[in-house]
Amino acid sequence: MIPAIVVFLYLAAVLYIGIFAFRRARGKEEAEDYFLASRSLGPFVFLFSLFGTNMTAFAILGSSGHAFSNGIVTFGLMASSSGLVIPLTIFLIGTRVWALGKKYGFMTPVQMFRDRWECTHIGTVIFAVQAAMLVPYIIIGIMGGGTTLYTISGGLVPFWFGGAIVAMVVMSYVFFGGMRGTAWVNTFQTILFLCFGAIALIVIGVGMGGFRSAAQAMQASPLSSLLTRERISPYYFFSYTFIPLSAIAFPHILIFCLTARKISQFRKTVIFYPICIMAIWLPCVFLGVMANRVTDIPQIRERQEARRVLATQGRTMEPEQRDELREKSAGDDVIMLLLHRYAPLWLAGLLGAGIMAAVMASDSQILALSTMFTEDVFAFYGGKSRFGEAVQVQTGRIFIILITLFAYVVALQAPETIFELAIQYAFSGFASLSPLLIGALFWRGSTKWGALAVTVWTAAAVVAVAIFQAVVPAPAPGPPTIFWSLGGTEVLARTPGGTSIFKFMPVVPMVLVSALLMIFVSLATKKPAQSTIAKYFGGHK
Amino acid sequence: MKRILLVVAVAALYILHQDIWFWRSSYLVFGFFPIGLFYHACFAVAAALLMWLLVTFAWPSHLEREVEQAEREEGRTS
Repeated sequence: MIPAIVVFLYLAAVLYIGIFAFRRARGKEEAEDYFLASRSLGPFVFLFSLFGTNMTAFAILGSSGHAFSNGIVTFGLMASSSGLVIPLTIFLIGTRVWALGKKYGFMTPVQMFRDRWECTHIGTVIFAVQAAMLVPYIIIGIMGGGTTLYTISGGLVPFWFGGAIVAMVVMSYVFFGGMRGTAWVNTFQTILFLCFGAIALIVIGVGMGGFRSAAQAMQASPLSSLLTRERISPYYFFSYTFIPLSAIAFPHILIFCLTARKISQFRKTVIFYPICIMAIWLPCVFLGVMANRVTDIPQIRERQEARRVLATQGRTMEPEQRDELREKSAGDDVIMLLLHRYAPLWLAGLLGAGIMAAVMASDSQILALSTMFTEDVFAFYGGKSRFGEAVQVQTGRIFIILITLFAYVVALQAPETIFELAIQYAFSGFASLSPLLIGALFWRGSTKWGALAVTVWTAAAVVAVAIFQAVVPAPAPGPPTIFWSLGGTEVLARTPGGTSIFKFMPVVPMVLVSALLMIFVSLATKKPAQSTIAKYFGGHK
Repeated sequence: MKRILLVVAVAALYILHQDIWFWRSSYLVFGFFPIGLFYHACFAVAAALLMWLLVTFAWPSHLEREVEQAEREEGRTS
């Protein structure tokens, strides 16, 4: 129970930071102050809060769980590719969006799209698709919170109650503190979970009697494939490099780019981003793999047994039985089980707080959704001019309560693991929306119809993949179920982890088709006025 | 020329991410660090170095000037 108490103290500290930010902003009922902290974040807070915003439950719990089942491949799949692609997109796109926000007062991506392409309702369609895909990200945070508190308290805090506490705390500091509170909390959390990895690695390493013997024993055992990338195909590995394109297309990341006081604050963020990713992911992936050598934690042995049964007898089982075993074998909580076993109680609590820090990154998504709703819908359709800016901010706060409640209810029902849910819906969808930004910022010839085609295609593709995976049950580990082949070439297949199209993950055709639609539909349709194009490209031809 | 070299460096690093040559190797660097993991940790460091090069040699300083100019103009009109 001691670790749970430490975590509750941590939650109280986070809440205090949010309320402190609220006090500091008292009297400023302006939308720009509440939603963007008056575009005033300094270099330190900007770096850590932007990075923290992008690290969710998925970074610590999902990565170690994925590594537990699939081996070291997890790091190359998501972390090192993100270390290249995300800072690159912040460098190329984030800085430009920041400059446009400063010059023209944009507070959301949709405001920029509406202005750039001279459109109104198409902007609303983009808003709707972005909002629909952002909600799963919020759900992940709540699910992670529930799982973390349940495990840290040794089962004393049930999943539903843990999720409710996390939802309440996040909702409260976002409600009161707005962007300033969220950025401060994110900075505090990022420092915590950057420390987390190194400390967890040392404590668990000592507890296990050193990693050298564990790694060498694993190398000599049937588990040696976890030290390689045998369990993942090169097509799948390549596909994953498209996923980090989603980061800059996530509205909360783009909105965060608008909060920097000066453009020079992007410099440190771009340079240190790959190192920060490595500092968090490397220990989590390594510990997730090494957890397979632990023999004295019954829960880990149960997961390994479920995995073994699934691999050996899965083919002869009913889809429901396979799903049940898949859920039992998921290792989202292995890192917490290791801490529970090897760390002293007080340290397990502190490290648990570090995990909570990553888990609670859904704050920025909640705030972003609220910003988007109040700016792209409420203000755009006349609410701000009719009721004033103070009412706009209050509307944003009410929206925060409603969206958190909705996400909590869904989190209680969702059966998927944290990792799968995130990848399948939110990440692929936002990666597919990235041509919108590239078209808007780098191509004079892009049009609103091209943007609409990209948005509709993305929504349709995400829904199609979700329906396909709901209708065709996932096969047991091993070869995929081929659904459609053409002349001996595999076109569409259901894999144990999702869907493959020409052996690639759906994100690859989704992004490529999006890019082609932006090009061809724009070429065939009317461009915005010359004055609008000059506004965006006049400075650097 | 500087820009072309930077674009080539970005493309080269992207290609180097697909290290099929270590795919099935379970060799342990320093006796505990799987080679596939070690390679990608080095890759992350290389990505940070590349970002430093981009920030140093291709920083979009025109954006800074444009914003400053817009702010000056706004100051004059208000």
